[in-house]
This record gives sequence, structure tokens and C-alpha cells, in this order.
Amino acid sequence: MEEEAEASAAKKFLYLNRKAPHGTIYALESLEVVLIAAAFDQDVSVAFVGDGVYQLAKGQGTKGIELKNFSPTYRALEDYDVTKLYVEQEALEARGLSEDDLVVPVEVVSAQRIAEIMEDQDVILSF
Amino acid sequence: MLHTVNKSPFDRDTFQTCIKFARHGSAVLLIEDGVYAAVRDTSISKDVQAALQHVSIYALKPDLEARGMQDRVMDGVRLVDYAGFVDLVVEHSAVQSWL
Repeated sequence: MEEEAEASAAKKFLYLNRKAPHGTIYALESLEVVLIAAAFDQDVSVAFVGDGVYQLAKGQGTKGIELKNFSPTYRALEDYDVTKLYVEQEALEARGLSEDDLVVPVEVVSAQRIAEIMEDQDVILSF
Repeated sequence: MLHTVNKSPFDRDTFQTCIKFARHGSAVLLIEDGVYAAVRDTSISKDVQAALQHVSIYALKPDLEARGMQDRVMDGVRLVDYAGFVDLVVEHSAVQSWL
């Protein structure tokens, strides 16, 4: 009974990422929070809109700017059962990018679809 | 005059403002998230190409590499390293950082 109550208490969390990866700390902080939260068995989705799509760009090498390259860490999300990754199609197109340019498999969806996904959440955390 | 831009052109209007105020023959150096302006086939690349007709545009290579954009730079944008950054500062009378 108690277990059932706990299971039904699982909330739907959406992490909404809108910032490019290295110019500010937001992207790295978001990724760390997603990984921490993944340990709490919630229903997690991660969306990348606007400049947030740059977080997933292949070929990042941060040796020259002496910052941590956290882009390979997105590939670990699957191991934490975080598999619902949504990327805004319009944002990719405006930036000359396609799904093949990203480090992980994602679902490329319209901004309209992301708006629907947002409506469906209990909690949205914005980075 | 040397102008530097460190914000993404898709997030702020910094690049566009810089171009509006950069006079013929000025140099524009893209750094940090500003380097995204140097990428080809984007929604703003036509504006950048138009700007290249009257200003020189440079992009800091370590910042392009950090963002995975090093192989996507449009023709006409010149890449510089940190030493090149210093040279640009020395060569120009004043530096305007568009923050």
C-alpha cells in the first residue's frame, strides 16, 4: 500500500534548456541537476530549445578554453533511464544543424509539440 | 577600431548592433558565444556575409572548437588564436566590447 502510494507520487519533471553550453554555467548546472534527480525515480524529460540545442553539438573540444567538456556526459543519460530528450526543430534549422550533428539520439519536434509537452508536466525546471 | 562580440546572435542583438555601428574597414572579433555568428547556413549568415563586404570578421578558434563549430565557419571569416587576439588589440587604436 505504502509502495503504491510512493509510485503514484512520481512526478513528471521537465528540464528546459535554452542556453549555449560554455558562455554561461547554465548548461552544465542543468545537466548535473538532471543526473542527481535521475536517482529519485521521477518521470524525467529534457528539452533543448533555442540556443540550448548547441549543448548537444558534436565535436566539442574545450582544451583551448580550459573548461570541462561535459558534452560526452549527455550520452550517460540513457544509463540513468533519462531517455526522453526533445530538441526543437526550428532551433536546429535556424542554426544550420540537423539531428546527425548531435551527440545523442533525440526526438526532434516542433516548438508547438514542446509547448504541449510543457503543459503535460508537474514541474518544469528552466535553465 | 576593433569590436568584440561575446554573445550568441540568436540570444541577443549584440552582433547586429555591433554591425550597425562598425564603420567601413573596422575589425570585428567574435569570442565566446559570439562565435556562433561565424557559422554558415544559419538564419543570420546572410547578414554576416553582407557585413563582410565592409568589415573584417575574425573568430577565436579555441571558442569555436569548444562549441564544436570549427568545421562550420563560413568563407571570409578569419580564425585567430589567443596570440592573434592580442595582435588585433595592439593593431587597433581602440577596442569596443559589445557586452
